[in-house]
Amino acid sequence: MTDGIGARARRKEDRRFITGKGKYTDDIRVENQAYAAFVRCPVAHARINGVDASAALAMEGVIAVYTGPDLKADGIGDIITGWAITSKDGSPMKTGVWSPLVTEYGRYVGDAIAIVVAETQSQARAAAETVELDFEELPAVVLADRALEEGAAQVHDNVPGNLIYTWELGDEAKTDAAMANASHVTELDIVNNRLSPNAMEPRSAVAVYDEAEDHYTLYTTSQNPHVARLVLSAFYNVAPEHKLRVIAPDVGGGFGSKIYIYPEEIACLWASMKTGRSVKWTSERGEAFLTDAHGRDHVTKAKMGFDNEGRIVAFHVDTIANLGAYASLFATVTPTYLYGTLWSGQYDIPAIYGTVRAVHTNTVPVDAYRGAGRPEATYMIERVMEVAAREMRMDPAELRRRNFIREFPYQTQVILQYDAGDFDAILDKAQAAADVAGFPARRAEAEARGRLRGLGYSTFIEACGLAPSAAVGSLGAGVGLWESAEVRVNPVGTVEILTGAHSHGQGHETTFAQLVSDRFGVPIDNVQVVHGDTDKVQFGMGTYGSRSGPVGMSAVMKALDKVEAKARKIAAHTLEAAEDDLVIENGEVKVAGTDRKMGWHEVALAAYTAHNLPEGLEPGLKEGAFFDPVNFSFPSGALICEVEVDPETGVTEVVQFTAADDFGTIINPMIVEGQVHGGVTQGIGQAMLERVVYDEDGQLVTGSYMDYCMPRADDVPSYVLDHHSTPSPNNPLGLKGCGEAGAIGAPPAVINAITDAIGTETLQMPATPQAVWQALAWARTPVAAE
Amino acid sequence: MTKVTMTVNGRPQTRDVPDTTLLSDFLREELRLTGTHVGCDTSQCGACVVHVDGRAVKACTALAVALDGAEVTTIEGIAQGKELHPMQTAFNDHHGLQCGFCTPGMIMTGIDMVERYKASGLPLTEEAIRHELEGNICRCTGYHNIVRAIEDAAQKMQAAPAAAAE
Repeated sequence: MTDGIGARARRKEDRRFITGKGKYTDDIRVENQAYAAFVRCPVAHARINGVDASAALAMEGVIAVYTGPDLKADGIGDIITGWAITSKDGSPMKTGVWSPLVTEYGRYVGDAIAIVVAETQSQARAAAETVELDFEELPAVVLADRALEEGAAQVHDNVPGNLIYTWELGDEAKTDAAMANASHVTELDIVNNRLSPNAMEPRSAVAVYDEAEDHYTLYTTSQNPHVARLVLSAFYNVAPEHKLRVIAPDVGGGFGSKIYIYPEEIACLWASMKTGRSVKWTSERGEAFLTDAHGRDHVTKAKMGFDNEGRIVAFHVDTIANLGAYASLFATVTPTYLYGTLWSGQYDIPAIYGTVRAVHTNTVPVDAYRGAGRPEATYMIERVMEVAAREMRMDPAELRRRNFIREFPYQTQVILQYDAGDFDAILDKAQAAADVAGFPARRAEAEARGRLRGLGYSTFIEACGLAPSAAVGSLGAGVGLWESAEVRVNPVGTVEILTGAHSHGQGHETTFAQLVSDRFGVPIDNVQVVHGDTDKVQFGMGTYGSRSGPVGMSAVMKALDKVEAKARKIAAHTLEAAEDDLVIENGEVKVAGTDRKMGWHEVALAAYTAHNLPEGLEPGLKEGAFFDPVNFSFPSGALICEVEVDPETGVTEVVQFTAADDFGTIINPMIVEGQVHGGVTQGIGQAMLERVVYDEDGQLVTGSYMDYCMPRADDVPSYVLDHHSTPSPNNPLGLKGCGEAGAIGAPPAVINAITDAIGTETLQMPATPQAVWQALAWARTPVAAE
Repeated sequence: MTKVTMTVNGRPQTRDVPDTTLLSDFLREELRLTGTHVGCDTSQCGACVVHVDGRAVKACTALAVALDGAEVTTIEGIAQGKELHPMQTAFNDHHGLQCGFCTPGMIMTGIDMVERYKASGLPLTEEAIRHELEGNICRCTGYHNIVRAIEDAAQKMQAAPAAAAE
């Protein structure tokens, strides 16, 4: 039995997880194991005058304490950002210097100052508590818009006014002119709330230095171990690439937060060499809230102009993006090329212009989190569309349809060229699945129970399948975004796939195997997917930006093409037939129209015995490929949320949630549905529950699951899903990617539903009961004369 | 250091441990049963749920020395040899896991919930399952397929004698 493309194959990787045999980084314990803990900056901004570790060093089990100057003296480099953004005046961006352990200034609560290495984890943590810091507290700034105010605290001396860049996109003059002639203009102030990604597995690192070989091994919670190795070698000077092996074993979720190479991994690797011990560090959840890169955190003024028939004539955006204390790896591109390029949404907008001012603040770095820029764009556009429909007294679905793009390819005003889509069809499917026609009756029924029921839409498009290397290079990227694959057919016909993509929940061990099964009729149990180890897979760019399908699987397809071509040569020679007459099906290579055939395993064995190969053909059956996409891919979808609000308490329940998506070709519907369930839940979390809060002094208020509200099972409903596929023309399988769609599309659907229920637009995320109640109260309060 | 003896997955285990040792650390570090995961430090996430004397307990909330003589079952102890527990099979059948990190706690909570409802005779509705899962956080699945898995396992466990898996 085979499980090819489109099969709901059960996951091969599940068995180890459901039996407790998964191997995550913190499960790894090596010879000579020591443990690390970090001393962190206790205030949001401080000049560190001295670090006194004498008490710690005197404690039982303590091996060493190192600080920033120790790393600097050994030539360990500063932490880089991967994308250079140019301001609209042509000047390069200005970012602050980020040393792995601070050398002079602490710039956020949690900034790492010293690493303590001890025999046990509890000894390391206890010793870290005793390290005394001599510091002078400095003024701090926390909020994005405050950072730009006159007299705001300066986070870095070399970034005047805390302004990293002022980036622009689109045609300002054309947009202003079109806006001036609009017959209706909708303006909206939008806050995109700051979030903490919260992969359930905390970050962890096990660093092993082998003095005899002068070789390092790092086990770490990474979405992209090869990029980690590259950066650790080329920029942080920990070890040259050929002397450093990075292994990302089972990784318990990432959502972007495990793309980056953080100070802790750098310090552990270096400390392993200094101490001659294996050094292990595992984050506590409180430490994760303090130090894992956060997401979102935009403040935006959006303005959309319409003609008298509801067609969009102009869109204007003004955003301030908080990047935190330092510019993390994807931080500078997330609020620019991953955000501004989606300002056209699903709509034919003739004039678009916007600016983004990125700022430093005394908070943990903000970087890509599931969706990365595209949720911010979608939330803004879809809120504006809904509000505009209400202001113009139009049906919000009809307003969207009036503006849908229907001709493909479509060149937007903001760089991207959409390749394929059918926005009417997905909205039709969503409306049918959500029974929109029955909504008035449901609303009336709810009203009779004293509940306010609302319905909200979101029709989104996103760009993923990151990304054409030359294109991203021209926009400032420091790397190419292709992917690699190798297909190894063993002499017995079983197959290994090596991929540079990394699975941390996505199910690659199953879906990548389905490609082989589909091609050669090999059961998926006879296919092993190898990933996450720089010693096994030569190079790869990892998994983020919904790229494993459109880019990673495309590389596998290219390698499979090469394997198939060689297998055909061997079979044709053995069967004395023409290659073109061969068909491969059900695990056999057959001569069409005859009973002559070879089993797949016989072809494989023939390749390795090499007793009877065509003249000039090398033995073996193993091929590699690199795939560099020619365009982004463009998943799209229509989401419909229904909520019920208790007007007495503001308590809001999502009672129905429908998503109809266009992901192009689907390899495994079960896994794709799971991605949508999870993404939508994160979107509902952003819309109703989650918000990172720092107080005015920069202390993190939401530092645990007691304070930061994660979605629980009873916060969300069971979901109704549907699909409509328009395959992407730009990769061999027609894949578009599905990992981020739910998190991108869901927040505006939820807020549009709640504002529909309560009849006021003055509501920002998260729509907690208090926020909903207040919005209702204000809406009901008669405006008093001043 | 205090000597503590527990029966873990049917085998007696004795260790000398500091009084501050949590059950989660005892299982992970002393016995190297690393299927019990630690996802938070405030007993909210539920990745560390195990069964102690037949009841679901967050292993990060219990001190090992307080459990001298206890019977503990972890995720590693619920299958009968190669034959998986119906709850394990259901998580695979319904795609109730993605990254797998919260999964041991979800499965142990799921088994406990089904057994309790079975004993009480109350119906284990979707609403009840979602309410019972309040102490278990999953960031990947959105809970939809976890609920489906527990519903399915509940049906299969209904047919089996109570607590057969312990």
